[in-house]
Amino acid sequence: MTPQQRVQAAMAHRQPDRVPVFLLATMHGAKELGLGIREYFSRAEHVIEGQLRLQAKYRGDCVSASFYSALEAEAFGCETMFIEDGPPNCAGPVLRRDEDIDRLRPPRVIETPGLLRVLEAIRGLKERLGGRLPILGSAIAPFSLPVMQMGFARYIELIYEQPRRLARLMAVNRRFCVAWANAQLAAGATAVGYADPVSSTTIVPRDLYLRTGHRVATSTLARIKGPTAYHLASGRGLPIARDIAATGAVAVGVSALDDLAAWKAAVGDRVTLVGNLNGVAMRRWTAADAEGEVKRAIAAAGRGGGFILADSHGEVPWQVPDEVLLAIRAAVERWGRYPLDWTGG
Amino acid sequence: MADAQVLTHRLRDALESLDRPRIEELFRLAVGRQAPLQVIENLIVPALVEIGEAWADGRVALSQVYMSSRICEELVARLLPPSVPVRKGQLRQAIAVLGDYHLLGKRIVLSVLRASGFDILDYGRMEADELVDRALADDLQILLISVLMLPSALKVREVRAAFEERRRPIRIGVGGAPFLFDDGLWREVGADAMGRNAADGIAMVRRWAGEVSS
Ligand code: B12
Repeated sequence: MTPQQRVQAAMAHRQPDRVPVFLLATMHGAKELGLGIREYFSRAEHVIEGQLRLQAKYRGDCVSASFYSALEAEAFGCETMFIEDGPPNCAGPVLRRDEDIDRLRPPRVIETPGLLRVLEAIRGLKERLGGRLPILGSAIAPFSLPVMQMGFARYIELIYEQPRRLARLMAVNRRFCVAWANAQLAAGATAVGYADPVSSTTIVPRDLYLRTGHRVATSTLARIKGPTAYHLASGRGLPIARDIAATGAVAVGVSALDDLAAWKAAVGDRVTLVGNLNGVAMRRWTAADAEGEVKRAIAAAGRGGGFILADSHGEVPWQVPDEVLLAIRAAVERWGRYPLDWTGG
Repeated sequence: MADAQVLTHRLRDALESLDRPRIEELFRLAVGRQAPLQVIENLIVPALVEIGEAWADGRVALSQVYMSSRICEELVARLLPPSVPVRKGQLRQAIAVLGDYHLLGKRIVLSVLRASGFDILDYGRMEADELVDRALADDLQILLISVLMLPSALKVREVRAAFEERRRPIRIGVGGAPFLFDDGLWREVGADAMGRNAADGIAMVRRWAGEVSS
């Protein structure tokens, strides 16, 4: 099976030859090319070459065209601060006063150099890979982007205290998010990760989610012309598992803090589960730790397909050494072959 | 005692559901019965502690924690004029965000500490060297550090090393997402304690004040 066929089978809730594995190392390509992180992300060619080299090395079942989240905030005018040993951050809000929301317009993808670089990377990867490997794009949910646009504290206050302004902000962000996701699909992305950690129960309670983030997600995903994976970026989500399955997403990223087997029981074959290795702790894993964690996750959610092994954030930290990623990969080879008789099912 | 507990639970429920009229009612009730400092000690702090612990266990959400801490800060400000030092035997302490741009965790911890009557300097966001200089200049005894990103968490090492080099026994308490995902990380970077929520921050500061005074 090609990686693409393997992933498709898993997502159709059939058993592929083995559990697909996504090793979402967005920054490690810079190490491969001997570049700093800032320089690496400054050209699409770097990311194309980096992802191809990583794929050759780890033999994962996808490539990732995600750069970093602050890029989407950049489109709205935010400044991005780079560091040497991790992903860059958005340096501060652009919506300094609540009234700024009333005048906000969605930026245009084609006028934003950073986003154009991502599209170029997707096109380049598509050219080199054809249909053999899934190419993953990503877009921050309209409901999660405001943390960077206006700061977290003010955003929480807005959610509770200014429903009309919130609605306006969601409308602007949705237009941007839909255009951005569709541009990635048009460029050749196989699927788009919908990053919505603010909807996780780590950040908002379920009743509030159902009135806000859930509605935003349902209406946004309906306008995206391709498959989407709902990602809580390692925020907890078990209490809203079924709600997420009803948004139209075909897959969902599960937190290392959640019980993967309980997720499987909650959603059955309505969505494919992606997860839930702990990327932060991974830095210190031995080969035996990696093997143990891979077995745990596969035993919890592997049976019957509908499962892709990955880290729980959708991005492996820069500090995670190659040896760990290779040990994860080797453990999948060893324990991920269907029919997974060893899991006792 | 049982009475105080009932009131605490009620306040906690009201805060979690952001029921402002109910919060005001419970506050008035408490103020009618107890001295200001007791209202803080016996009602507000325990309610915030319960909410913080519920968040660490995944039973309430951060938005509820944040709104509760903000409301309680207002309540405390009404009880005490801010310039009056409330607690005796406090150490010289500060809190900072190290390296990254995420200020909410620090803001919540700070507001819960202040709502609990602790005096604590707010350094805002700083890089490691700046933080070390400032801590030494202020002759701190306790430094609380909040981070969001793993690379920032790893920078706590540099802060610890700089304090050691100058033989300054400043206690370092850390918190933030990376420490929640890797429970061995705080020791690895040389912190003296790790807090899973703002309530743990209170416990930390109290414990260290006790150790120094005894
Ligand atoms: C919501 C979220 C987002 C949102 C908002 C983030 C933000 N605040 O800016 C968005 C979508 C914007 C986002 C983006 C990113 N994120 Co994010 N995100 C999360 C998530 C789900 C919650 C983080 C959060 O804000 N929590 C709320 C705050 C208030 O909680 P807190 O800081 O933990 O504070 C509480 C306690 O920890 C404690 N506490 C905190 N400090 C202290 C200090 C002391 C002394 C004490 C006692 C207690 C204490 O009390 C607080 C209140 O209870 C976490 C995963 C998770 N489950 O936690 C990932 C996470 C923080 N994200 C992560 C990353 C990497 C990113 C990105 C860099 C990804 C990228 N490549 O672009 C970007 C950065 C964006 C930016 N700001 O520029 C990583 C960071 C670790 C790492 N790998 O380095 C995490 C941990 C995910 C993971 N498991 O890897 N993210």
